[in-house]
Amino acid sequence: MDVTNAIEAHGLVKEFGGFRAVDGVDLAVPAGSIFGVLGPNGAGKTTTLRMLLGIIDPDGGHRTLLGEDRPIRAARRVGYLPEERGLYPGMQAREAIAFMGALRGLPLKEGRVRADAMLAAHGLGDARHKTIRTLSKGMAQTVQLLGTLVHRPQLIVLDEPFSGLDALNQQRLEGLIREQADAGVTVLFSTHVIAHAERLCERVAIIAGGQVRFEGAVEEARNRLRPRVRLVTRAEDGPWCAALPAARTREGRLWQFELPETGIEPILKALIDGGAGIENLAIERPGLHDAFVAIAGEAAAREMDQPQLEAVA
Amino acid sequence: MIDVIRAAWVIARRDYVASVFSKTFLLFLLGPLLPILAALMFGAVGAKTDAEIARPRIAIIADTADGKALIAARTQLAARLGETALPELRIVAPENDGAAQAQALLADRKRALVAVARGGLIAPELIGPQGPVAEHQERLGLIYDTARRTRALAHAGGEAVPAVAFSVRTVDKAAGSETANRALTARMGQLVLMMLVMILAGMLLSNLIEEKSNKVIEVLAAAVPVDAIFLGKLGAMLAMSLTGIFVWGATAMLALAWFFPAGGPALPAPALGWPAFVALGTVYFIACYLLLGALFLGIGGQAASVREVQTLSMPVTMGQLGVVALASSAVGATLTPLAVVAMIFPWSSPFAMMARAAQSPYIWPHLLAILWQGIWIAIIIRLAARRFRVSVLKSGVVRRGWFGRKRPA
Repeated sequence: MDVTNAIEAHGLVKEFGGFRAVDGVDLAVPAGSIFGVLGPNGAGKTTTLRMLLGIIDPDGGHRTLLGEDRPIRAARRVGYLPEERGLYPGMQAREAIAFMGALRGLPLKEGRVRADAMLAAHGLGDARHKTIRTLSKGMAQTVQLLGTLVHRPQLIVLDEPFSGLDALNQQRLEGLIREQADAGVTVLFSTHVIAHAERLCERVAIIAGGQVRFEGAVEEARNRLRPRVRLVTRAEDGPWCAALPAARTREGRLWQFELPETGIEPILKALIDGGAGIENLAIERPGLHDAFVAIAGEAAAREMDQPQLEAVA
Repeated sequence: MIDVIRAAWVIARRDYVASVFSKTFLLFLLGPLLPILAALMFGAVGAKTDAEIARPRIAIIADTADGKALIAARTQLAARLGETALPELRIVAPENDGAAQAQALLADRKRALVAVARGGLIAPELIGPQGPVAEHQERLGLIYDTARRTRALAHAGGEAVPAVAFSVRTVDKAAGSETANRALTARMGQLVLMMLVMILAGMLLSNLIEEKSNKVIEVLAAAVPVDAIFLGKLGAMLAMSLTGIFVWGATAMLALAWFFPAGGPALPAPALGWPAFVALGTVYFIACYLLLGALFLGIGGQAASVREVQTLSMPVTMGQLGVVALASSAVGATLTPLAVVAMIFPWSSPFAMMARAAQSPYIWPHLLAILWQGIWIAIIIRLAARRFRVSVLKSGVVRRGWFGRKRPA
């Protein structure tokens, strides 16, 4: 089915025992794009994804998945990697991949052939007959990811896919996501690590407190903020200071402020004329992290930062 | 619907292979043999011990002539009534103080007597605790009567009347015996069904714990309808159970052929004949397994841990026994209202209809019953799956208070 948006959601609501985990979420994931759902832990990302996939029903609102009102009808065209990875420990790696494909309608025989090829391509050819319980955590995660892809879905939904992976495997996963997108597959993933979204996504949704605070292109999010100017002067003080924007910060001879609408040229002229002496000047475009702070608030950003540091470590 | 069945097949195949091609399946197959072996071993030892301990012994204080006469009379009666039908007699020569001798005999732990008789054949007195005296009085009297008649005949010079020997002619059936015999077959059918279901269906209580503990449930629920998960798991466990039954049945047949080459003990033929009875038994086992299994899977699906499943096992077993008790009312020639209830109540219906297959020659009630049970299987799977979605996946209809309901959009 040819659809403009692989996923559409309008006013999704979900409550658990009186607690509103998701509060009127609207989403539109364009077909063929890489779309990131950003938010701190407990923001409602997983609940939103589970509703989109039909694992749970929303208490309010509606959604379509690959054009289907009932997500289960599109299940064969979707691959899903849940946040809490789950495989049968006694199953062989190739059987686990083939089984996940069979659940999505791929004949078991074909699934085994594809599983062998995929395992070999990801350096796990020797592990194909090993049971899941004998694989390392990273290998098991790769097996589950391959099981998510084995039936060649049109849409892949990955819930915190980078969680628990080392730096090398995170890099591999990013490569895999790009490969899928290049092949025309829509990729939707949730993460609390902004850097991944910034590197991969064309569009993002920022969720906090069960609500979508922003949805749009990454560029659009970054463009919400003015570029920041970092200026280091030789002189400490002088009449030229009046030329700097009032909303500025200062640490010694380091000045920081938002780039004014009029541009940097009038300020530079005043500094040169006033003898401030320009030692260093940098105009920095805001990153997605800055946009996130501006959109979701400092508190949400702090919750994001903590796992981010863990992921890097 | 085809998608549900296809998905159920994928899950069933995985579960069946995982169960049957595991080392523990061998233990599962050997499981029923262990109690049989234990019963045979301890039963043989126990029976011997019981026979030695439990056979009642009565001492007879009598002279040699009376003693011989009583022993001869007992031997004569035991030939017709059976050795165990009569108390064992110990002849003891009389002493001066008969009352004191009787007391001493009763107190003697080595002899382990239940009573003592004295006073000869003419005026016998039975001494002992109330229970044994009441129990053995009539049978001991029979021995005394026989001894007295034999002696009287000998004194009169008459000849002993020979024991009656019937000339025997057998017929195929008699109304009274047929009803009683078929009731036996009905009970045996119910017993076998109950044993198999109790052994096998209980495993379904813990069947979803694996998926819940290793988080596979999330993968399954995203890919296939929850109904298919339930149907697949039920199907796999049923197939595994039938595999077990086939192996046990084949082993039992071989054992019977080995131990009874000329044909072993046989049950009376059921009203519908053995082929139909066995076929219906298989169908009712499947129906019963699916009915109880769907319920157990639903109940077990709510459990968060193995501990909770273990806690649930006892009330579930009690429930099964209650159902079987209700179904036992269907054994009998006439249909009582309780028997009809047992046939209609979904969970007792297979047991009750099993009994009817032994006792009634009509096939149509079974066709109706199978249809009825099939409808209930579908209903229970549906309800259990829905309950699972609501309580475990936190989805579907959210109940608010006792009456308030909130429907999903």
